[in-house]
Amino acid sequence: MDSKSQIEINEYSLQASDFLRNLSSRRSISSIQLKASGGRSVKELNSGELESKPVRHGSRGDSEGLNTSYKEINDEDSRFIYINNPEKTNEKFKFAGNSIRTGKYSIITFLPRNLFEQFHRVAYIYFLVIAILNQLPQLAVFGREASILPLAFVLLVTAVKDAYEDFRRHRSDKIENNRLALVHANGQYEQKKWKDIRTGEIIKVSGNGSIPCDMVLLSTSEATGVAYIQTTNLDGESNLKTRYAKQETQMKRPGEGKFDGLIKCEKPNRNIYGFQANMDIDGKRISLGPSNIVLRGCELKNTDWVIGVAVYAGKETKAMLNNSGAPSKRSSLETRMNREIIYLSIFLVTLCTIVCICHGVWLRNHKDELVLMQFYRKKDYSEPKVKNYKYYGWGMEIFFVFLMSVIVFQIMIPISLYISMELVRVGQAYFMIGDNRMLDESSNSRFQCRALNINEDLGQIKYVFSDKTGTLTENKMEFQCASIGGVDHSNGNAHVEGKDESVGYSVQVEGIFLKPKMRVKIDPELLKLSKSKHTDEGRHVHDFFVALAACNTIVPLTMETSHPSVKLIEYQGESPDEQALVYAAASYGFMLIERTSGHIVIDIHGERQRFNVLGMHEFDSDRKRMSVILGFPDQTVKVLVKGADTSMFSIIDKSLNSDMIKSTEAHLHSYSSKGLRTLVIGTRDLSSSEFDQWHSSYELASTALIGRAALLRKVANNIENHLSILGASGIEDKLQQGVPEAIESLRTAGIKVWVLTGDKQETAISIGYSSKLLTGNMTQIVINNNSKDSCRKSLEDALLLCKKLKIGSDAKQEGSGAGGSQLALIIDGTSLVYVLDTELEKQLFELSSKCTVVLCCRVAPLQKAGIVALIKNRTDDMTLAIGDGANDVSMIQMADVGIGISGQEGRQAVMASDFAMGQFRFLVPLLLVHGHWNYQRMSYMILYNFYRNAVFVLVLFWYVLFTGFALTTAITDWSSMLYSIIYTALPTIVVGILDKDLSRMTLLKYPQLYGAGQRRESYNGKLFWVTMLDTLWQSIAAFFVPLLAYWKSDVDVSSIGDLWTLAIVIMVNIHLAMDVIRWYWITHATIWGSIAATFICVLIIDALPFLPGYWAFLTIAKTKLFWACLGGITIGALLPRFVVKIFVQRYRPDDIQIAREAEKVETSRESHLAQVEMNPIFGHSRSFLRLAVSCLFAILERG
Amino acid sequence: MSSGDGVSQSSSKKSKKPRYSRFTQQELPACKPILTPGLVISTFIFIGITFIPIGLSSLSASDAVVEIVHRYDEVCISSNANDDEAAHFARIGYIQDDRTNKTCTRTLNVPKKMKQPIFVYYQLDDFYQNHRRYVKSRSDEQYKSPENEQKTKTCEPEAFNDDRKPIVPCGLVAWSLFNDTYTISINGNTIPINKKDIAWRSDRTHKFGSNVYPKNFQTRGLIGGAKLNESIPLSEQEDLLVWMRTAALPNFRKLYGRIETDLEANDKITVVIQNNYNTYSFDGKKNLVISTTTWIGGKNDFLGKIYITVGGICLFLAIAFILVYLLKPRPLGDPAYLSWNKDPASY
Repeated sequence: MDSKSQIEINEYSLQASDFLRNLSSRRSISSIQLKASGGRSVKELNSGELESKPVRHGSRGDSEGLNTSYKEINDEDSRFIYINNPEKTNEKFKFAGNSIRTGKYSIITFLPRNLFEQFHRVAYIYFLVIAILNQLPQLAVFGREASILPLAFVLLVTAVKDAYEDFRRHRSDKIENNRLALVHANGQYEQKKWKDIRTGEIIKVSGNGSIPCDMVLLSTSEATGVAYIQTTNLDGESNLKTRYAKQETQMKRPGEGKFDGLIKCEKPNRNIYGFQANMDIDGKRISLGPSNIVLRGCELKNTDWVIGVAVYAGKETKAMLNNSGAPSKRSSLETRMNREIIYLSIFLVTLCTIVCICHGVWLRNHKDELVLMQFYRKKDYSEPKVKNYKYYGWGMEIFFVFLMSVIVFQIMIPISLYISMELVRVGQAYFMIGDNRMLDESSNSRFQCRALNINEDLGQIKYVFSDKTGTLTENKMEFQCASIGGVDHSNGNAHVEGKDESVGYSVQVEGIFLKPKMRVKIDPELLKLSKSKHTDEGRHVHDFFVALAACNTIVPLTMETSHPSVKLIEYQGESPDEQALVYAAASYGFMLIERTSGHIVIDIHGERQRFNVLGMHEFDSDRKRMSVILGFPDQTVKVLVKGADTSMFSIIDKSLNSDMIKSTEAHLHSYSSKGLRTLVIGTRDLSSSEFDQWHSSYELASTALIGRAALLRKVANNIENHLSILGASGIEDKLQQGVPEAIESLRTAGIKVWVLTGDKQETAISIGYSSKLLTGNMTQIVINNNSKDSCRKSLEDALLLCKKLKIGSDAKQEGSGAGGSQLALIIDGTSLVYVLDTELEKQLFELSSKCTVVLCCRVAPLQKAGIVALIKNRTDDMTLAIGDGANDVSMIQMADVGIGISGQEGRQAVMASDFAMGQFRFLVPLLLVHGHWNYQRMSYMILYNFYRNAVFVLVLFWYVLFTGFALTTAITDWSSMLYSIIYTALPTIVVGILDKDLSRMTLLKYPQLYGAGQRRESYNGKLFWVTMLDTLWQSIAAFFVPLLAYWKSDVDVSSIGDLWTLAIVIMVNIHLAMDVIRWYWITHATIWGSIAATFICVLIIDALPFLPGYWAFLTIAKTKLFWACLGGITIGALLPRFVVKIFVQRYRPDDIQIAREAEKVETSRESHLAQVEMNPIFGHSRSFLRLAVSCLFAILERG
Repeated sequence: MSSGDGVSQSSSKKSKKPRYSRFTQQELPACKPILTPGLVISTFIFIGITFIPIGLSSLSASDAVVEIVHRYDEVCISSNANDDEAAHFARIGYIQDDRTNKTCTRTLNVPKKMKQPIFVYYQLDDFYQNHRRYVKSRSDEQYKSPENEQKTKTCEPEAFNDDRKPIVPCGLVAWSLFNDTYTISINGNTIPINKKDIAWRSDRTHKFGSNVYPKNFQTRGLIGGAKLNESIPLSEQEDLLVWMRTAALPNFRKLYGRIETDLEANDKITVVIQNNYNTYSFDGKKNLVISTTTWIGGKNDFLGKIYITVGGICLFLAIAFILVYLLKPRPLGDPAYLSWNKDPASY
């Protein structure tokens, strides 16, 4: 295996930060699995190394492991499992049963628990406190029912939602718990429900079955004790992994006879890649490692059956322990909004203070008159003993008035906004999920919204941190070219579409055609060469492809196809590079057919040849290569070595064929500059003495009890030398569709794209070029250092360079798009070790903020998070991280918005992400279109809700000034409560979901429009204060017009209250209507419908005879003055806003405005068509209002 | 490029692709009006030409109203106290004393011809009929039906009389019923004041019961205002019904009755006032108002002024925008105005 695939593994292996917690207590355990075919890959973290350089531990190559493998696990930290004896196992300790419960509530606990959880929100507490205050007789401002209504409504809606979700969880739990498994009892296997499985029981799982709990393998259908499992559900990796039963138990055939033993294992933990235990069986103590356990959630593949003993069950299984949702994030808009909420609270307290001070002064001034005043009546004379009537002294009265005014003015804090925001986000998510343009047809995956509270952040992203493999590239490795024996076979005349292509290579075995699943484009010349055995060149090619087919850990699997006589061969393995190489070899006629621990069968141009695998040295990160010792059919023994160029050239005998080495080196250079991943292959014939010597030391090393891995490495190093070069291969990591265009768009939109990859520098740079991240006219700054001091120096140099370039460019006065001053920073992981978490961080930040492009190569997963944190902690700018693998999890969780690519590498990234999608290019519609819309909608909605509530509160407040500061409300209690539930709630939600300031086409055409969100143009402090000023004016207009029009008249409280109610509702809805950009029929329906609903509600309230305002509305609506007031208020209140709006749109137009006009001008013809389409809607509508408005628009537009 | 994707694709034909609909793709037909100069100017002109006539007509309506307002609370008390405080107590003493003669005769001049119906109002200033303590002290259920006689919980502190019998109608509002009376005559001829139908029809027919009779009303020491004839049901006590419609503002009028004859200009009308109601305790003012009405109600030119102002501003804005558009035109939707086209260096 070469260095690049090693990096891939590095990327995989360092898991999310969750696992890091387990690090300190981790001890590596090695298994004594000697004769396993293809050593196994259990990925572990190495806690000691600062760089977090992961080491890949195989069953054979674990130097650290052996030192600790027999270390006793502390009894306190362990659990004892008596095999086949669940009673004894569960006797002393309470181990969890295997039933799972993901549901939160039961029927009994639902109400208290759900309420408890709901009241975790501050908003609801506020609601509750206000409602409770209102229940005190001294403070009862509103009717009791009316004051509880909003809270009850909200609680009910949320509770129903929670109950439904929980019901679905219960249902899936039930299905899961009732699945059947074969459990050993009374000498035979019996069916038992999953939920009844206990630890200690022996369980048999058949092929393709799911593993019901975490179990230690005892025996498998394979003689070697191997079992293949798929861990897609657990970590998302779709390739097969091998697990082993211990030979000691494999022999015993558990279940057929008496079987007992004791397993002592660690306590349940979340680390799915670690397990340590000892097994005492037949008086022997065997150590168990991660390769001996299969976890719940995995599936058994290509193995007929396995038998294992349950060690962790139910909620203690590693799968369940890892089953936690993504951490909740808060959108930046919401965070900013909270600041304004504080202003509003201050404002609320100010209003209440004014009222209570005025009330105090009024009481003091009328101190002596209060008793006789008809409308106050301080004393109650109904009892013989005259006492104060609801009068508690001057101080208390002021205090009560303060509290009462808090109750009256409560909606100044827009609680309903939080609920509306959630509804709007659900609506926005619905449209994002349903967007056909974000549907990945090839993987058939839709866009997913996993976090529902950061939709609007998508419109404000300034930094995008992208993983490379699997995100920018497809992670489908494809063999591209080879340099064989110093001859480059990368000429362009390869067959792309030909008859070879459609037929592909196939082999006939016993009447069945075997075809490789993936076809590789074939260079016919090379194919011809590979068939000619007798030339020198031909032999080279032959050896090269045999090496490709043999020197790997790939397991071939045959798959049925629709055609009965055709079978597909699928190569399963951990490294995609190896898969690509084996597929390539197969296409050239060197088809790997069978692999067992002892031999492999390769079909070479129809001729089956059997090679004995005499030994294998697994890949490790120190050697950066792997080798096999192969006994050829002609009885020769060869060592075949495959590895990264750096490690290979040091062990190749340069004296042997220096021309060939030189030309190969040149080819390698050209390959890697094309962005290909390269591997070098070498070989050496082994004489029998050499082989014997190797064999004995190999045997010795692999049976050694102490320091086995080190010994094996030494053996490997001894044999892997003096190689003659066979050739080199170039594998393409294909870019995903549309990536360069997407990056281009994002850059135009003012988003900085950073690529963080585990790849080496050259590969990263070449991918950078092919994805248009780097361009020719960029100045590259490369930081590649090994010490802190040199890092500091290069950072300082780079900053100086920046300054110089900046001055230079200023002097030149850059022309458009020349970008001569554009800088690209390329920094590697080693340097980052010295930079991150030190004082150099600041310099790096300074430097990176000056660069257009930053490429970080060879970074470990935690460093990725560190880089994101570097930006996140130092700026207010929004960050987005996008990745597809487990190695991106930390970065995805760190960034403000995390996006998972649901692609090749699996679901780990998706599970941690806020949004998930199929391909990188969907980032463009997601950010530029949906993000933009969401941000605009949400910003407007917040401002509008502030306005909507404040204007109502202010009208109440003005009235209080005319009631002797006694907090009477002219507007009825019911109208006050319905105001934010019925009168004005729906339009803002509908507009928040549906309104679009610009069409998708325009947004994609001008990516720069995205800048509006980055510059926070739609929601900022200035806009807030302007809105509040407007609110003040509108409240004055709405209140004082009726006040002065009815001054010294015989109007009663209820009538003028109805006038105020309707005036505010109409004003607030027309205000919204004025800002709506796109009128759908739904928008029309909700806005005019809300006004109509208000009229109806007021009518109903006034038709209730037990309320003082009986018939008030119908009486006042008969007067012309009433309607004149309504008209005057609406126009007068909205006039200033309208004028300012026109002025800004005309003389200070922002980009959005211009683009909107352009849209209109360009598509004026289409819009006429649209209008024609609209007409039937209006035609059918019976609503007079809607008709009137559409007519009005039609008339005005012509004018 | 090669690859055998064909196989894998055909095996997963079941696409998750949602059925295309204009709704889910957010492509519903929409009307997207933008504020073009034409639209803006025509809006302003439209508002201007509708508002100014309305304003003018309401001004003229208000002008046509003939209104006589006479404040009598001070002139109807002969006070010879020197300082304010003493005068204040003297007035209270006067109004609370049952024995004093509270009749007061005033002569008023009719400035213009007043056509019938002429409305007679009493106007109270600084009387907070909208005070929280006051408006809450009533029981609409009790007023409606005799069965609810005991429902006086909300009526405190005027719920029971001294024998714990419920007061009907209970509550502060009813208790404080206005009790000044006016008799109007011209040259010795009494002009009848029609006190029928002065309350809302809905109040008479539904809100107040025709079988609910006043009980235990104003029987205690502290008298708030008028007493009620216990033989007349509440629904026919129209003065009470008018009073119970609590006023919205501290300066309010309430209908006292109607004069159904015309009054000529310069007629001298003599009003005999029974000055019973105590507004002296809180320095409230009492006025007698004799007024005609039009469609905008009484004499109030505020709304007319507002309409004319708004209309005028709109016309002015229309002209201003026309000028501005002519002087400083900006083509609609010209991409040259996009910020990155104007100032490329910043991008």
